[in-house]
Order: sequence, then structure tokens, then C-alpha cells
Amino acid sequence: MKLTGWLGLTIAVLILLGCGAAIVALIDISGGAFALSPADLAAIRFTLVQAGLSAVGSVVIAVPLARALARRRFPGRDAVVTALGAPFLLPVLVAVLGLLAIWGRNGALSSFLEVLGAPRLNIYGLTGVVLAHLFFNIPLVTRLLLQGWASIPAEHFRLGHQLGFSPYVRFRLIELPMLRTVLPGAGLLVFLLCITSFAIALTLGGGPKATTVELAIYQAIRFDFDLTRAGMLAAIQTLLCLLVAGVAMLTGTPGEARAGMIRAEAAGARDGLYLDYTIIGAAGMFLAAPVGVVILRGAPALTDLPASVVEAAIRSILVAITSAALSVTVGLAIAVGLVRLAIFRPLLARLCEGAILIVLAISPFVLATGWFILLRGHVDPFAIALPMVVVINALMALPFALRSFVPAVALAERTDGRLADMLGLTGATRLRHVLLPHMRGPVAFAAGLAAALSMGDLGVIALFGSTSTATLPLVMYQLMGAYRMETAAGAALLLLILSFGLFAAIDRMGKSNDPI
Amino acid sequence: MIRFEGAVLRNGAFDVRADLTVEGPGICAVVGPSGSGKSTLLLALAGFLPVVQGRLSVDGRDITHVVSARRPVSVLFQDHNLFAHLSVTDNVSLGLRPDLRLSTDQAAQVRDALHRTGLDGLQGRKPAALSGGQQQRVALARALLRDRPVLLLDEAFGALGPGLRREMLLLVQSVAIERNLTVLMVTHEPEDARTIADHVMFVEEGQAHPPLTVTEFFAEPPPAVAEYLGL
Repeated sequence: MKLTGWLGLTIAVLILLGCGAAIVALIDISGGAFALSPADLAAIRFTLVQAGLSAVGSVVIAVPLARALARRRFPGRDAVVTALGAPFLLPVLVAVLGLLAIWGRNGALSSFLEVLGAPRLNIYGLTGVVLAHLFFNIPLVTRLLLQGWASIPAEHFRLGHQLGFSPYVRFRLIELPMLRTVLPGAGLLVFLLCITSFAIALTLGGGPKATTVELAIYQAIRFDFDLTRAGMLAAIQTLLCLLVAGVAMLTGTPGEARAGMIRAEAAGARDGLYLDYTIIGAAGMFLAAPVGVVILRGAPALTDLPASVVEAAIRSILVAITSAALSVTVGLAIAVGLVRLAIFRPLLARLCEGAILIVLAISPFVLATGWFILLRGHVDPFAIALPMVVVINALMALPFALRSFVPAVALAERTDGRLADMLGLTGATRLRHVLLPHMRGPVAFAAGLAAALSMGDLGVIALFGSTSTATLPLVMYQLMGAYRMETAAGAALLLLILSFGLFAAIDRMGKSNDPI
Repeated sequence: MIRFEGAVLRNGAFDVRADLTVEGPGICAVVGPSGSGKSTLLLALAGFLPVVQGRLSVDGRDITHVVSARRPVSVLFQDHNLFAHLSVTDNVSLGLRPDLRLSTDQAAQVRDALHRTGLDGLQGRKPAALSGGQQQRVALARALLRDRPVLLLDEAFGALGPGLRREMLLLVQSVAIERNLTVLMVTHEPEDARTIADHVMFVEEGQAHPPLTVTEFFAEPPPAVAEYLGL
């Protein structure tokens, strides 16, 4: 076991300890007395209801959409499938602003309804929260399902043609078994994401009827400074997350890809042609319109942004880059440690990786609350708001980094590692010539992802941010709260450009002309 | 008898040309380098790939534009011939009724086909609980029930060991003789052709050559064939 291996494992243990300490602090401050008020119960109920509706809704819409995309070939299809990955990088507030511009009280649909003499829409509350969650998660589930469809051996579709299957039999015998393996995991993943999505609840929820547990924590700290209640709610939220993440890990084994020998071709079924294109068109409108509106409305304001927005943007870029660098460095060290550990103790390594992934399913918001309680009295939490955001954003992106780093490091060790052992390459030379050339692509991709996620994040900063530490999403949120919608749209467009721009720029660094 | 008349078969950006007759009943092996177009030939005959020029016919009947379910053809792939969640019996029954609602008479036919392919006692098993050879027997049993005059084997036994492969080939041969089938069999092993085939067709670089008898093919191979065989 080499030094680099121990370093990674030490960091992994430190992360686990840090998370554990936060949770202990929360339970400790709540006094262990779980006296739930009616408001707390309502928050728990609302959290579960909106997450349940969002998960079911995403699945119900994503199944026909993915099926249509899997069956049809049309010009621009690949672009559509790629675009389905974009919501992952899209800052939540940008989407919220766009959704309000379409579905909100003063939105395009409301104006249309008014012409018809119908009342204007009001999406604040459950409707808006679920709508925003659908916007983010329909594309996610669709992409997971597209992988599922791609894993069905082309031989099976051919057998279906040859044996004269009706559309119903084809669905039941070929497609349903795949859905049965993919959907439970996908649904649980959406459920988990919706439990911990703070920014959507903050902007579209609120009030006694539409407060999630996270929003209740935020209010307890920010408005009431009631740490006992915040601690208790955070402990409940952690329990919820760990429970769902645990179940998801147990069920969410979508099975190894069992793609056939034959390259899949378009199934080209003649039934349901119009239905398929209607679904693709409608989903495309639902997903593209909000982003389109933000671009159209934001463009005029973009040249005339106030200094506070520009300052916040610079601050956000610095936070995003620092956080991305931290995330991939830590991720790389842990991946090396896990791969080394796997040589001696494969089971322990898998357990360790699982522990990190599951602990990171804890809401970042809860972690921040826990650390806030621990640090209170020692340092001014508002003074360390930005470092805290950097660390928490880096942790948020860590699961994605680990998922691609661990197999990549293992591959590098398997291929060039033995050669390096034979030649006696160790330490920095080995890192530079053996490991890093293999890791260039995954590292750049993970760093780009981490930077974009951090750029668009409105979570911890809402809790501890002040004017001097405000990030771009926070400033945008304040602009929306003050009904300065034109400026908010300009800030939203800037945020959109920066998020995707950072991702593209960093990801590009990984692409080189070298053969590896 | 299978006829390719000036046929151009399209597989993505790749075209295969064939202008030849496969005599039947009988067994014709299809050999040639990887990527030469052997599978394309079979897939187009089964109706999975388009014929962009010329005609295909089986026993004098034009099938160029017939949908795959109505062609007088059954295919065995190398893998994924079975649905993993269905039992052996159900997988075979699909050959008679895709909705699996069999009459008493049809159920007896299924039992008979399983018996003929040596699958007695395995009726209730799922494919995962079968060996590779047994899985291909199930697929063969289904092809028997479909009772089509042409059987296509797309490297169907390529994943099996030499002993098992020979056993399966002999099973195919006995079935083919009994049912008067025309079998077209893609293989990477020229030895397979010697074991059961009457004719051998050579395919290279998108061109299918008219079949030769097995004796001709191995005794006096054309130069390209000799090179492929390493003679």
C-alpha cells in the first residue's frame, strides 16, 4: 500500500467523520426530544407528497417519451437526446424563472387564458413545486430509460418481428421486463432528489401548506434562530434521505447491460407513429420553452446589469472553480485509495465506496446546519459562508466524480500499472506518466460538472449569505423577491451562460489529440 | 431453393451483392472473413434489412417485400434467442402463438418439439438455468414448431465448444433431412461445413459468390478461398 493510497483513504474517513459529526451535533442540539408540532408534521407530509407526485409524474411521462425516442429516427434526434442531459447543468433558479414566465400568474399561458375569459393560473405551492421537479426529472428518467431500451438485445425485436408479435405482445414480452428492472431505481432516485431540492421549494413553495422539511430548517435558522427545531428537523431529514438512499441502493441495480451481438437499429414499428411524434413534440415544448423565454427576456437586460450582479458573478466563478478543483482532487485521491484497497480487501473497498455515496445522499443543507452548530461560538459562520459553500459544493459533486474515477483508475492500474511496477515507476513520476494521462478525460468532465453545479447552486449560501458574500444565484433570488424581473432575467441569462460555459470550457481541456 | 436475383442488400452504409441460387432442400454453409457480409445476407433474407435492388425468392415465391413474420424463414442467432423471463415451454410456444394461449393439441406439439430436441424435463426452467447448448436447443425447438422451409443459422453455435457444436450440427442435420429444410448456416469454422453441409458459399468484401459443392470448395478452391482457408 503506497502513500497515495493511504492519503485517499484518510480523506474518505475524514469526510465520513465530518458528516457523522454534523449529524451528532444536530441530534445533540435537538435534545433528542422529538416533539413534532403540527407545522413540522405538515412539512414532512408535504415533502413526501410532492416527492411522490414528482417521481410518479416523471416516470409516467418519461416512459412514452423514451419509448418514442428509442423507436424513431429523425433529423436532430441525437441533438434532442443530448439536450435531455442539459437540465442537469441548468441552474435551478433559471428554470424557475422560465417556468414562471410560461405558467405563472403573469406568464404566457395566463395571458392566453385571460383572452379566453378563464382565470389566470397560480402555480405557487404544490403545483409549482411538482411542475419544476417534472421539468428537471423527466429528462433524467428519459435518459435512464433510453439506456434501458438500448440494453434490449436487437435480436429480441427481430424475433418479435419474425414471430409476428402484436404491439401489445411486443410491449409485454420485450419492453416490460426492462421497465421492471429500470423503473424502481429511477423512481427512487427522483424521489430522493425531490426530497432534497431546496431552491425549488424556496422559490415556488412556502406558506403553511407548501413547506418542505428543508425549507422549514431554513426558516427556523434564518428567521426564528430556533436551533433546537432546526436540529430536530435536520435529523428527520437525514433519516428520510438515508432511508430512501438505502432502499434505492438495494433495488437500484439496473443489471449489467445485456446488449446483443447485433448493433441496434431503429425498430421502425409502423404503429403509433403520430402518437410518438406528438409526445416528442409536447415534451420538447415543455422543456425548451422556459429556457427559450429566459434567453429572450434576459438578452436586453444583459448589457445593462447592475454592479452587484457583476460582482456576484465574479464571486460565483471563483467559488465554482475552487470547488471543482477541490472536488476532483479529493475524488482522485479517494479513487486511488479505493482501487489500492480493492487489491487487498475488495469487500471493504466496496463497502467504503458505498458508505461515501450513501453519506453524500444527506442533504448538503443538513450538513451545513450541522457544521454551523459545531462552529458556532468558535468562528462567525457568516464570515466563513463562502469557504463553507466551496466545501459543500465540492462534496455534492463528489459522487459523480467517484463514479467515473474509480473504474478509470482501476483500468489505468490494470493496463499500464503492471508495466510501471515492473519498471519501478513510483510517486510523482508514476502519477504523471501512468495515471494522469488516463484520467484526463474523466477529470475534466467531472471538474466541468462540479463547476457548473456549484455555479448554479442556491442552497447553503441562502442560509449564511450576506451582501458581501452573495453569489449570483442568491442575487438573482433577491432580485426576483423584489419583483425586479427584467434585471432578474438578465442575471438568469448570465448565470445560464456561465454555467454551461464553465462546463464546456473545463470539459474541453480533457479532450486532446493524444491517443489516450 | 433460395434465389438472390441481382440483389443488393443494405446494412447501414454497407452493401452486399448477391446473384445466385442456393439449391434445396439441403445445407449450405456461408463462410468468409469477418465483416464480409455473411450476416447481412441472412438478415436481409429474414426481412430485417432492406433489399435496395433486385429480388429474393424462396421456392419460386417472391419475398422481396414480404414482412418478416410472413416469410418462409426461421432464424437462430448466436445469442439472445430466448426471453429471459419466460420458461422453456413458453419460449417454444411463442412459435405457435405469440399470446401463449395454446389449445390442447398445440400444447402436445410443444411437448413433442421439446422431446425431439432432447429437452425433456427442462420445460419449466428459465433460460438462465440452461447451458449454452440447451438454450440453442430451445430456439431450435421453436423453429421446428414454426415449420418454415428455410432455416437460417447466424453463427448459432459459434459460442459452443467443439464437441457440443458438433452435436448441435448433427441435430440440425437430422431435423433438416426429416423436414426437407433448406438450411443456410453462417460459420467461422470451415470444419462445420465439412461436418454437415452439401454446399459452401463464399462471401468477401460485400460480394456473395455462388455456392460450390463441399468437395469442390475444399479440393479445388478458387484463389480467394484458398487464401481465406490458408491453403
